[in-house]
Amino acid sequence: MSSDYKPSSAVGKWFNDRLPLLDLIYGHMLPYPTPKNLNYWWTFGGILTFCLLTQIVTGLVLAMHYVADADLAFQSVEHIMRDVNYGWLLRYIHANGASLFFMAVYIHMARSLFYGSYKEPRELIWIIGVFIFLLMIATAFMGYVLPWGQMSFWGATVITNLFSAIPFFGDAITTWLWGGYSVDSPLLTRFFTLHYLMPFLIFALVVLHVWALHVPGNNNPEGIDVVKGSQDTVPFHPHYVIKDAFALMVFMIIFAGFVFFVPNILGHSDNYIPANPLQTPEHIVPEWYFLPFYAILRSVPDKLGGVILMVSAIAILAFLPWLDTSKVRSAKYRPLYKQFYWLFIADVILLGYLGSQVSSGIYLIVGRIATAYYFMHFIIVMPLLGFFEKTKPLPKSISEPVLTKEEQKQKENGSAVTGDFVYK
Amino acid sequence: MGEKKVTRRNFLYITTGAFSAAGAGAVAWPFITQMNPDASVKALASTEVDLRPIVPGQSITILWRGKPVFIRRRTKEEITEAQKVAITDLPDPEDDTERVQNPEWLVMVGVCTHLGCIPLGQKGDYNGWYCPCHGSHYDTSGRIRKGPAPTNLEIPEYVFLNDNTIKIG
Ligand code: HEM
Ligand code: FES
Repeated sequence: MSSDYKPSSAVGKWFNDRLPLLDLIYGHMLPYPTPKNLNYWWTFGGILTFCLLTQIVTGLVLAMHYVADADLAFQSVEHIMRDVNYGWLLRYIHANGASLFFMAVYIHMARSLFYGSYKEPRELIWIIGVFIFLLMIATAFMGYVLPWGQMSFWGATVITNLFSAIPFFGDAITTWLWGGYSVDSPLLTRFFTLHYLMPFLIFALVVLHVWALHVPGNNNPEGIDVVKGSQDTVPFHPHYVIKDAFALMVFMIIFAGFVFFVPNILGHSDNYIPANPLQTPEHIVPEWYFLPFYAILRSVPDKLGGVILMVSAIAILAFLPWLDTSKVRSAKYRPLYKQFYWLFIADVILLGYLGSQVSSGIYLIVGRIATAYYFMHFIIVMPLLGFFEKTKPLPKSISEPVLTKEEQKQKENGSAVTGDFVYK
Repeated sequence: MGEKKVTRRNFLYITTGAFSAAGAGAVAWPFITQMNPDASVKALASTEVDLRPIVPGQSITILWRGKPVFIRRRTKEEITEAQKVAITDLPDPEDDTERVQNPEWLVMVGVCTHLGCIPLGQKGDYNGWYCPCHGSHYDTSGRIRKGPAPTNLEIPEYVFLNDNTIKIG
């Protein structure tokens, strides 16, 4: 990227002349111009990178003790918990890490929705993000199968059976996935292989995600373009390195809270019962992060229809940049969208709750309404808002709202603001 | 544009392309089909069951190809209930006689045709099987009556070796 980097050491210069790796790192991380008004919702990118690396490192060491065979898998996980030095810690970090990874990614996505970060010129960043999300879903699902408890087994059975809904080839595809006539050892072994591989594919996509981000640069809470090389930006280092590090610390405290105090609260106790192909648990629930999608699947009384709708619920995200017809990015300047945004978030949370309940009676009816609303948000609300909404006037630059607030405060207090609020 | 001449080069392009595609397919196939059931999985294909201990109104579940198979000795009421249903009331129309070799013995794969859970016996609105996962109701012939499952419970291949023994698979 920027070629004005001069390594200070002779070795660094020798290396950089032959492979400009330092140029690359320097250009993307240090002076990289970043809007000066990013709030804490922008720290989740860094948090997500931390989550991915944590999963890879803990996963790698778990894989040194885990055995991917239907007769041995459950015991090997118990062996990790009881015998392996700090095995309990590594497993609890990995299991809770997956949950926190999803918490972070949902916040990260909600941020993008609120501030319109998916819009022109950032469509590809968003679409790569949707693919990362898809791979995360696949990875976490396959990981959850590995301990081979009751929920692992029956979760795997229900999800792999989704493929049998495909017309004509459905049965052949499920048999191929299983490597047999039911969920058994062959499936476990291939899931382990893929569970190991996919995080590295995610890593590759993250590189593309950040590369694509660094072409237009970050969006920001005002949703307007920064003027390059103006007072609108600050260098990434040290400003955002410090802010990201602080947010990461807070995140790690919460993470540690789960790992050390309530390591099983996000899991399901049935997964401590070894898999039994002759008995389905009374109430199969996926991990909490899949519940909204599970609710959508169950709200349709037709097998193929349910599967199609569930897949569409994620796929439709990729089309959002074109379904949203508004020119204004940030919800701060879109009074109507702001309300629909919160309605949508409430709808997803409601779906998540319904996904955890037995789907019958009133739950089923509410589930259908919530599912219909989920899709209406994308297909009806987003396209129409662009035409009907009267947006608020946008500031001329990202400095303007900050400065006017400061000036107002000055007027009200009749005194100068304390602190070094000098932007230069 | 008039007539375009087919040159030697066109011919070479097309044959090279066609051979590369066929070659890529041939190389890909072993990598794909290695995931299909292997010889050892296919070998475990049949099971024999002794029916003597089962009294009317009782069922047993056995494991066949890693899946549960329900063997139920139906009561008189269950048989008449299964036979009197109008075929037009069924989402997946099938007469009870097509589903049994001997009306007393109902043998079927105990896997919900929705997403593969194991239905619970003598439960649900039709007094047959009920799948708790997403609420599919099956009748006393194992036919789907209500809920998301698309088809009736599957009948495996089986034969009566004699009055008291069946062989599944
Ligand atoms: C995107 C990153 C990843 C996610 C979201 C993820 C998620 C999961 C989940 C949810 C489990 C089940 C935890 C439990 O209930 O016990 C699991 C287990 C496992 N994962 Fe991962 N994982 C990731 C990366 C990796 C990597 C890179 C490896 C290997 C290099 C790995 C190796 C394992 C092993 C061996 C287990 C079984 C042991 C256990 O259950 O704790 N994982 N993973
Ligand atoms: S698996 Fe039986 S109803 Fe869904």
